[in-house]
Order: sequence, then structure tokens, then C-alpha cells
Amino acid sequence: MSTDTNATVQANVQEESGKKQSSFREFLKRLVKNKLALFGGIVFLLICLTAIFAPLIAPYDYQAMDMANKYLSPSLEHLFGTDQYGRDIFSRVIYGGRWSLTLGVASSIVSTVLGIIVGSIAGYFGGKVDSVIMRFIDILQCIPGILLTICIASVLGTGLFNTVLAMSFGGIWGTARMLRGQILTVRNQEYVEAAKATNVSEGRIILKYVIPNSIQPIIVQACMGIGGTIMGAAGLSFLGLGIQPPMPEWGAMLNDGRSYLRYYPNMLFAPMLFIALTVMSISFFGDGLRDAMDPRLKE
Amino acid sequence: MSALVELKGLKRYFDTPKGKLHAVDDITMSFEEGQTMGVVGESGCGKSTLARTIIHLQEPTAGQILYKGKDVTYPTKKELPKLREDMQIIFQDPYMTLNPRYTVEDTLKETLTISGQYEKNDLDHQIRRLMDMVGISGRLRMAYPHELSGGRRQRVGIGRALAMNPKFIVCDEPVSALDVSIQAQIINLLMDLQEEFGLTYMFVTHDMSVVHHISHNISVMYLGQLVETSPAKELFRQTLHPYSKALLSAIPSIDIDKPKQRIQLHGELMSPINPKPGCRFAPRCPYATEACRQPQKLEEVLPNHYVACCRVRELNPDLSQAAAPAAAAQ
Repeated sequence: MSTDTNATVQANVQEESGKKQSSFREFLKRLVKNKLALFGGIVFLLICLTAIFAPLIAPYDYQAMDMANKYLSPSLEHLFGTDQYGRDIFSRVIYGGRWSLTLGVASSIVSTVLGIIVGSIAGYFGGKVDSVIMRFIDILQCIPGILLTICIASVLGTGLFNTVLAMSFGGIWGTARMLRGQILTVRNQEYVEAAKATNVSEGRIILKYVIPNSIQPIIVQACMGIGGTIMGAAGLSFLGLGIQPPMPEWGAMLNDGRSYLRYYPNMLFAPMLFIALTVMSISFFGDGLRDAMDPRLKE
Repeated sequence: MSALVELKGLKRYFDTPKGKLHAVDDITMSFEEGQTMGVVGESGCGKSTLARTIIHLQEPTAGQILYKGKDVTYPTKKELPKLREDMQIIFQDPYMTLNPRYTVEDTLKETLTISGQYEKNDLDHQIRRLMDMVGISGRLRMAYPHELSGGRRQRVGIGRALAMNPKFIVCDEPVSALDVSIQAQIINLLMDLQEEFGLTYMFVTHDMSVVHHISHNISVMYLGQLVETSPAKELFRQTLHPYSKALLSAIPSIDIDKPKQRIQLHGELMSPINPKPGCRFAPRCPYATEACRQPQKLEEVLPNHYVACCRVRELNPDLSQAAAPAAAAQ
């Protein structure tokens, strides 16, 4: 009898260790299985790499003007043609990724992290804390986002760091509001009550129960937000508050090329292509990320 | 035999814009060690609130909770964790009671770690022991809740409660969300565990046949109040309160020769917000009179059999003869 049970226990152990895998590896496996997410991830990585290694890839200096060769159409020599000062557009787009991507990713991260903090405080503690925070958010959301951003940008001044701050400020509230709603539903689930009944500490409940079960839409929103921020930053640059010329930020390049749309659409085409590729690849990747994080969606 | 947990005039009110909602109103009850107290009543009568109040997931408005004779109504931050190790809960909906992001192992491991009763290198063995105890096969150790059936999830929930080595377990309708064949398995599991560890259960349910099977004592609740409490056999032999009668008559019978008389109740539950004094069942009771507008008291009409109905002797004529000698003997 006892040897029999021992045998089954051992069999169980083997079975368990066979199936045992770190949850992170499982997560990676699921992410890689999703073809679209993988594709998005690779494209985004490539764009990032071109920005990082811009000096090696770009054939020309991004600010070198060549007045003899302005308004050139795309050719082998100038892949996307040249702009009104004769600068090589391809080189500018490659370099531009450095500012645009940093701006987009950094302000998305900053606004998401702050949004998560504000939203989880409001959602988890509820009551008066929640009311005060939510009314404050209501007030801020009454002010048009671009106006708020302009105010902050003009107070802080120009530059990459200040633009990141200005851009992320507007994004905090949407994230906070969304997370709060999610948390309100999760907070009253029986598994949170069960955790309380088994002495799980409040901090652990927030970290291990509430946030993992309410964060999915936030991740997707943050990824999509990167695209929006790049566009928003373009607006700031246009108003002279964001990245300053001659830095080739994608949004600024779009604004630059705007007036030449009719005759030289190639000036717009290059930054547009890169913005579109970035936004698309990030949203594919974000979708895949969300699915991979959810054990329920594992086939 | 002594009472492990005692409730004295326990109240739990909720503030609503319309007034005070009397979810649990003046409940006095005692849970004998090693026995099961079945608490029955229809939806919304405050059974679950009572259950949550006892294990301190809700704060009582008034009254007392005694654990092993000690007042634990408002435990301090220091006392609460210790208390919760001894008093656990099993929830109704097995789909909601487990963290969707935790495997079976994660759930059990967390509770075992927090209880602090085991060495780190012993945890693995303890998890296996718990899974064996509640009947989950080892291959499901890394399974997430959505990969398990309802019955298995409920077993994990029971395992989590047991991980704390509790003395008293509140079962908040643990089988009502399960398939009938699984219900029997879970109930038998609970009864086996009770025998093995001498557990005390509070078994909340609205299913009379389930409560008949598992309980030693039964309390019937109506709108936050206790209307009848008695040993289980006694209650089924001689039901006294009109509401309990109606409730028991709803148990389906398999005896086709003796068709059962169903007592049909009309009307709705009255609002539990600022209820009038007097019997709360009176608006639906076929025997209600003027006297029922007075507050009702829980009265011991037979040994250990308490009823809160002023007309109980009138309505059960055989009672006065039966009760008289008992009273005289005391």
C-alpha cells in the first residue's frame, strides 16, 4: 500500500516538473506564437535600430544643406528626394526617429506609470480619496488637451525633456480613469475577499491581484498612445514649442512639408511612412502583448 | 460540548440614501465545536452578510462575536491575522473565488507561506498534501483556474481555506453553483474533512435538501432575523414557524403516492430599509394577526428548539402538551 502511494507521488512529481516552466518563458512562447505580434515587434525593433545607428545608415548629414539640389525627386542617390534646403530626406527621417521615438515612448511610459499610480489609488481606496481625485481629473479633462500641453510647454520651455513632460501630462488622466473603472470591478471580486480572508497584505493584493487583472486595456492604450504622442509632438513643434529646428523630428518634418504637398509630396511621404509603420507595428505588438499576458487566452 | 463561536445580538446595517438597511438584525447563535450549523433562507435575507461579518470581512454595527469565549467583535490589527487563521471561508462561485492569474500551486503556496506555519523547503510537500486532501490530481498543479471545472475549482478553494489550519469554516453556499452530481462530491468532501480535523462549519445555503444532509443544527433566517433554530432532525420532524414550514414544503419529494402539500407564499419580501417593528414575515404570513405587529422574541418552545412567533402555540396545538412536561422537568 505504502509503496504504491510512493510510486504515485513520484509519478506526480515527474509530471509536475515536466510541466513546470517559468511563467515568463511561457509568456514569451505565447508572444512568439502570435505571428502578427511578432511581425509588429520586429518592425518596431528595426525602426528603433535605424534610429540608434543613424550615423552608420544615413548617407548624408541631416543638416547639410545643398541649395543646388533642392526639391529633388526620389532617386538612388537621394532615396526620398531632398527638401526645400536641399537636405537629404532619407537621412533626416532616419535621424528623426531618435527624437520622435524617444518622445513617443518616453511620454507614453511617463503618462502610463503616473496614470496607473493615480488610478489605482482612486480605485482601490475609493470613497473620499476617489471623489477628490476624480473631480480633479474632471476639471483637467474639461480643458482641451492641446491647450493644456501648450500651457505646460510654454511654462517649461522647449527641449526634449520638457516636451516629454508636457506631452505626458495630458495622457495621465485617461489612463487613470480607465484603470480606476477596471479596479472598481476587480476590487469586489470574491478572490480579493478570499485573499483578505487569508491575511494577504494590502500591498500584495494590489500588486498580485488587482493590477494584473485590470491592466490589460492600459497596455494596449499605452502602445497606441505612442503614435498619438508622436503626432501631438508634431503640433507642438509646429507652434515652436516642441523640438526645435533643425532637428529632424518626424512631426516637424510633416509640418515643414505641408506647404509643398501639391508639388513635392515626397517631402511628406517619408515621415508619414515612418509614423504609420511605427504606430502600426506598436499596436500589433501591443495587442499580442495583452493576449500573451492573459493565461486565459492560452489556446 | 462547548460553543466555538457565539454571536450575541449581532447587527450589520448598511447606510443607504433611503435609510438604514437592516441586512443582519439582532442574530444570536452559537456554533458547537465539531458540528455544522446550517443557515437557510431565501435570497437577500442576509445569510451571506452574516457569514462575512462573522469572519470580519465586514464590520458589525452592533452586538458581539465570541470566539472560544473571548470577545473578538472588533479585533485589533494584531489580533486579526491570528483570528483569520482560525476562521476561514469557502465562497459560492468557484469561478470568481480564484485569482485568474494564479495557478493552483500559486494559490496554495501563497496561503501556506502567509500562514507562516511551514518551513520554506517543506512547502512543496505541503502543497501536495493539501491537493491530495481535497482530491485534486497532481497533474493540475500548474493549471490556471480557467482550465479547471467548477468542482475542481471549488476543491482548490477548500484547499486554500484548509491551508491555514482553521478551526471554523464559513461555507457560503459552496455548492449552489455546481452541478448536482458534483454537489454531492463536495459535500461528502466537506463532511470527511470535518470528521478528520474536527472542523466546525457554518453552512449557508438556500437548498433545504443539502442542509438536511450535512447539518447538525439548522437556523432559518428571514430578512435579517432568525425565525427558528433547532437541531436538524427535530426541525424536519416538527417544523413550527410558518415561514420554515413554507420553506420545507418546497423540498421536492420522490414519493409519488403521497403528494406533498406545497405551501405557496404570496407577495414579495418587504424592504429591509428601516423595517417596522414586529414580525417581518407577517405581510406574507397566512396566519398574521394584530399581535404580529409587536416585536417577536425567540422563544424556546421545545428543548433546544427556538421559534420567533407569537402564535406558535395556537398554530401547533399538540405543542403545549408536549412542552409542558419538559418545562416541568426543568
